[in-house]
Amino acid sequence: MSEVIVITSGKGGVGKTTTSANLGCGLAVLGKKVALVDADIGLRNLDVVMGLENRIVYDLVDVVEGNCRLKQALIKDKRYDGLFLLPAAQTRDKDAVSPEQMQKLCDDLKEEGFDYIILDCPAGIEQGFKNAIAGADRAIVVTTPEVSAVRDADRIIGLLEANELRNPVLILNRLRIDLVQRGEMMNIEDVEEILAIDILGVVPDDESVVIATNKGEPAVTNNDSKAGQAYRNIVQRLMGEDVPIMTFEQAPETFMDKLKKLFKK
Amino acid sequence: MDFFSFFRKKQQPASGSVAKDRLKLVLVHDRVNCSSQVLEMLKTDIIKVISNYMEIDTEELDIQITQTQSDDNNGTVPVLYANIPIKSMRKMNQD
Repeated sequence: MSEVIVITSGKGGVGKTTTSANLGCGLAVLGKKVALVDADIGLRNLDVVMGLENRIVYDLVDVVEGNCRLKQALIKDKRYDGLFLLPAAQTRDKDAVSPEQMQKLCDDLKEEGFDYIILDCPAGIEQGFKNAIAGADRAIVVTTPEVSAVRDADRIIGLLEANELRNPVLILNRLRIDLVQRGEMMNIEDVEEILAIDILGVVPDDESVVIATNKGEPAVTNNDSKAGQAYRNIVQRLMGEDVPIMTFEQAPETFMDKLKKLFKK
Repeated sequence: MDFFSFFRKKQQPASGSVAKDRLKLVLVHDRVNCSSQVLEMLKTDIIKVISNYMEIDTEELDIQITQTQSDDNNGTVPVLYANIPIKSMRKMNQD
């Protein structure tokens, strides 16, 4: 069975592309055949996050316009068996593709035998968003615990449901545990209550994600990374396994910790 | 919580809960797609209609969109809340 999942958010900069890369990579590590599709035409980024920017020959618009075959445009990630990237065009804009063409592209990818097709949706609610959700079977909404991102997520959830993408699930990204513990950031329950949707996963704010992105290696493969563990859990939940949401309780800093910190500087 | 916080006059609510409350309010309006302009028009019309029957206190009048638990208990639904203080009934010709 193959499934098309769109990763969307409304607001930009909340981590759609990073989430797409990590989920795609995580699924491939577990032996699934995965196509990552960058639907952000004109603002191509999934390729650099994946570290595949030097291998692009054809792109999504080339496939849609018939300049190449689908197989020619799919870049095989040599590090992970079964992981492929379909990059976005960089010199075109969102109007270069129609929702019908995206639908057909998704159907073609399903026929290629992919288990999961993950669409990285552009920010906004215009043409690019409409294109990206056209062929999707289910949707994942990414947000951060900030008022602007949650407000946009609410709008996106409404639009998804209006477009027959029922029951989207949420990934709460970049949760700052220290701030939540001080009450200076909305917590998981707050966001869940406000948006009234199921939470697929919570990813803590973690510098290992920045480092991983710098290197073009998704954090999901880093066993020492907290965010990586969070992504691995999400991947398992996507595959239907019941994995509890990580708890992030931090032990309060002891006097000795503070002393150690003092001498480190 | 530091030592001196004990002496401060009043503890401000943590910003996390402020964010939550503000968001809840803004989303109620976003979801029903009702601008403050429309709400103002509605308010004027309601005053007009009710004034035909009773004298109301337009200063104390309160009309807003809030949320309430839906009847079938799966989530909340928007409601129009109106609190209209009556000063007196108008004399009507009842025949």
